[in-house]
Amino acid sequence: MAHSYTPGLKVTERMKITKKRILPLKGDVVVKVGDKVEPDTVVARTDLPGTVEPLNVANILGVPPEDVEDCMVKKEGDPIEKGETIALNKSFFGLFKTEAKSKISGSIESISSVTGQVLLRGEPIPVEVKAYLQGEVVEIFETEGCAISTQGSFVQGIFGVGGETHGSVKIVVPDNTTVLEEKHIDDSCKDCVVVGGSMATAGSINKAISVGAAGIVAGGISDKDLREFLGYDIGVAITGNEDLGVTLVVTEGFGEIAMAQKTFDLLNEKEGIMACINGATQIRAGVIRPEVVIPLSGELHETGTEEVQLTEGLKVGSPIRVIRQPYFGKIGTVSGLPPALQQLDSESKARVLEVEFEPGEKAVIPRANVELIEG
Amino acid sequence: MKEIKPEDINVILATDCGSTTTKAILIEKVGDDYRLIVRGEAPTTVEAPFEDVTMGVLNAVAEVEELSGRRLLDKEHRIISPIKDNGDKKEGTDIYVSTSSAGGGLQMMVAGVVRSMTAESAERAALGAGAIVMDVIASNDKRLPHEQIERIRHLRPDMILLSGGIDGGTITHVVEIAELISGADPRPRLGSGYNLPVIYAGNKDARDTIKETLEEKVDLGIVDNIRPVLERENLLPAREKIHDLFMEHVMAQAPGYSKLMKWTDVPIMPTPGAVGLIMKTIADLEDIEVLGVDIGGATTDVFSVFQGVFNRTVSANLGMSYSVSNVFAEATLPMVMRWVPFDMDERDLRNRVKNKMIRPTTIPQSMQELIFEQAIAKEALRLAFIQHKNFATVLKGVQQQRTIADAFDQKAGGETLVNMMTLNMLIGSGGVLSHAPRRQQAALMLIDAFQPEGITRLAVDSIFMMPQLGVLSQVHAKAAKEVFDKDCLIHLGTCIAPVGDTKPGKPIMKYKFELPGGKTEQGELKYGEMLKIDLGFDSETDLPLKAKAVLEPDRGFDVGAGKGSHLETTVSGGVSGLIIDGRGRPFSPPENNKDRVESLIKWMTDLDVYNEDALRG
Repeated sequence: MAHSYTPGLKVTERMKITKKRILPLKGDVVVKVGDKVEPDTVVARTDLPGTVEPLNVANILGVPPEDVEDCMVKKEGDPIEKGETIALNKSFFGLFKTEAKSKISGSIESISSVTGQVLLRGEPIPVEVKAYLQGEVVEIFETEGCAISTQGSFVQGIFGVGGETHGSVKIVVPDNTTVLEEKHIDDSCKDCVVVGGSMATAGSINKAISVGAAGIVAGGISDKDLREFLGYDIGVAITGNEDLGVTLVVTEGFGEIAMAQKTFDLLNEKEGIMACINGATQIRAGVIRPEVVIPLSGELHETGTEEVQLTEGLKVGSPIRVIRQPYFGKIGTVSGLPPALQQLDSESKARVLEVEFEPGEKAVIPRANVELIEG
Repeated sequence: MKEIKPEDINVILATDCGSTTTKAILIEKVGDDYRLIVRGEAPTTVEAPFEDVTMGVLNAVAEVEELSGRRLLDKEHRIISPIKDNGDKKEGTDIYVSTSSAGGGLQMMVAGVVRSMTAESAERAALGAGAIVMDVIASNDKRLPHEQIERIRHLRPDMILLSGGIDGGTITHVVEIAELISGADPRPRLGSGYNLPVIYAGNKDARDTIKETLEEKVDLGIVDNIRPVLERENLLPAREKIHDLFMEHVMAQAPGYSKLMKWTDVPIMPTPGAVGLIMKTIADLEDIEVLGVDIGGATTDVFSVFQGVFNRTVSANLGMSYSVSNVFAEATLPMVMRWVPFDMDERDLRNRVKNKMIRPTTIPQSMQELIFEQAIAKEALRLAFIQHKNFATVLKGVQQQRTIADAFDQKAGGETLVNMMTLNMLIGSGGVLSHAPRRQQAALMLIDAFQPEGITRLAVDSIFMMPQLGVLSQVHAKAAKEVFDKDCLIHLGTCIAPVGDTKPGKPIMKYKFELPGGKTEQGELKYGEMLKIDLGFDSETDLPLKAKAVLEPDRGFDVGAGKGSHLETTVSGGVSGLIIDGRGRPFSPPENNKDRVESLIKWMTDLDVYNEDALRG
């Protein structure tokens, strides 16, 4: 295998970040290459076909399915209004009539002489895709969308909830080890991306929602608080569609874990600058991690700011974070990489590494249980 | 594809492209037998930045090349086939076969008229073909038509299987479902340049109307009715059509597959479909009942062959990493902790589980973590097995002819085919079972989760070779069977579990085993006790040793011949030998915490499952 360790999460002061903004169905792209965009700029739009509502006209009119066609006062493709009569059955010399009325506005999709069912198609649903980032349009995908690039700081989280949003960075805790609590959040956090330390409590999240904060970035969250906040237990890590009033980005994991010093320092330096954040997480093949993007001024095509920075892998001296018990959350430096498999306390045999946490404090850990701290 | 005669095949190369790892195996004829020579693996390269599955295949084959010393790739990095004679050395392979579950596997939606009848038959056909069934739409699924349409629109499957009605029966209901599909105008998951494939396998009298309703909007294929009469299922034509469409549409859209499809000598099969095929082949050849489980990071597949009927279920959100949090949520904390012989802080445990979910590749370092992870595995397996038992049933909706003698033994239709007493072999696969540091741990996980009854052989598929052997069985059943017996399975041994209930400590069965070499083991099993008797492998054939067993259960207990009935049989050994489980059936650990901890420690120590010092902590 190429790597037996987990590739680290990216925390970078400055890099070129490009995002594709694609419509769910083909439509119109309303920007062109070179356009400057803000997070709320609409870049593409389309109309999704309206909802379909079946209506069993044969049953309503009390006629056999093969007679439905003759009873229709509207034909396939005809526009219809909600409450409008679409089919009519007259009986007893026209004295009695039964009507089938449309439940929605839209058009007649189909009429079946086999089932007596008429499908009504609702009005098209407009859909817009926004830029999400502050930046420049660098590529257009005809009828599908575009790519937006920006120069900025980039922090990849490990887990998040809630979708795309933006707001200015606001640090409300003194350091990366402080738990973010309700008392840290006040009205000045409105529309801001609030940065906490080691953990966001349920109280702080609820307060953030009540004051109208855009998002929260913190080192950890306890499973119990997350359940309280969401109202249900997350079974699989596929998130991003929650509509909770705030977007949450967790940088380290579950429990109380100090935010990496480098991440905290980077965010601290950007206080007051706009950050674009997304909590969407998908931990499956095609992994998606939550993120914080802080667009910075400067030329988009500066040299030395490649998007993909190749890492050299684990080596002696590499900074790492332990991502499983018994040393979970500890940060140290690789001091040895023995090549042979070693027996763990669990009696499993695995490739390991030696790590030094503080001078003199060493441990042997499976390589699978560390994460490279990447720049 | 070239003409291949089985007798001319001496070298076989097979790969399985999984969602994370591509595994290659090399099989050669050694003397008269086919044997596994080496295996290699490499990360799968379906996703960005590579987006070409063949890169991972070539990397895995290169590892096989390196380990075996046999050249398999030419200078242009193509698989050498047929074999070339290069002076003193032969190069290449006679045949190359592959399976695939990369890129999300085969995702289907199925539809039928009655949920428990034609829709369930359609679901069985799709699962048996190796698909993940995203949803089952039926006229009586309690959703309103517009909700069903919304669901179909939202899903974006790879294909839809539509069934409904027996031949000559009503056509209205199945056409109604077809109209909903037409109204939803569903789009395929991969690619936008083609129409969604829909297979119609319902009432033959409705074919023309179905064509009229669907032909313009979807790519419609028509096969024989899946349920031509209520009493019989006819799943094969639908399954074959699913495989054809999988190749034509799904595979052709996935990156690099059009190239890979040209390399293989038989069509690429979906991985679970191939596993089902090998299990059915083995069950048929040996005339046994088999239950298999593959517990992965995200999903757990259960396969079974009972009464000659093959069934497969996929528990989509029961797994050991991506889905571990869901196992915890579904099973509940007390059910997981009943297998753990020490206390752990609940808040900390819940955070640990979530951390495993977001960092799925980590492994347990301490013994405590290992025991906890294996406890979760037992619950994941148990839950997946419940789903399987509920699905693997005799056909529902069938009128049963009864005689007066049956009047006192009436059962509702649709009872499960799964019978743990008649089960002959239980096979486990997947990291938590295959890579358990002690094989006894795998044996105990299987026993606690599935609770086999009577006499059951236990095995693990150590490197998950079953997919490759499944696709191989299509071209060379003998090679597939030989490698399955000798190299694929690690025989754990046999579990002997009398069924019944009584008070702890009460004698429940006398046993006597005549072991090879003339040694005899005999004694009396007490209720609540677990025993282990060593019975390993024949040093010449590498196959498990056999022992003659004479079992005399107490009158309230059944070990296979009926309550209190004496049984003489032959039992097979393995790495863990014979495990005699006197805990009764159905079994769950004592509710009293002190008794539970003491019992767990005793069983785990007696079977040598964990280090006793670690258990007593």
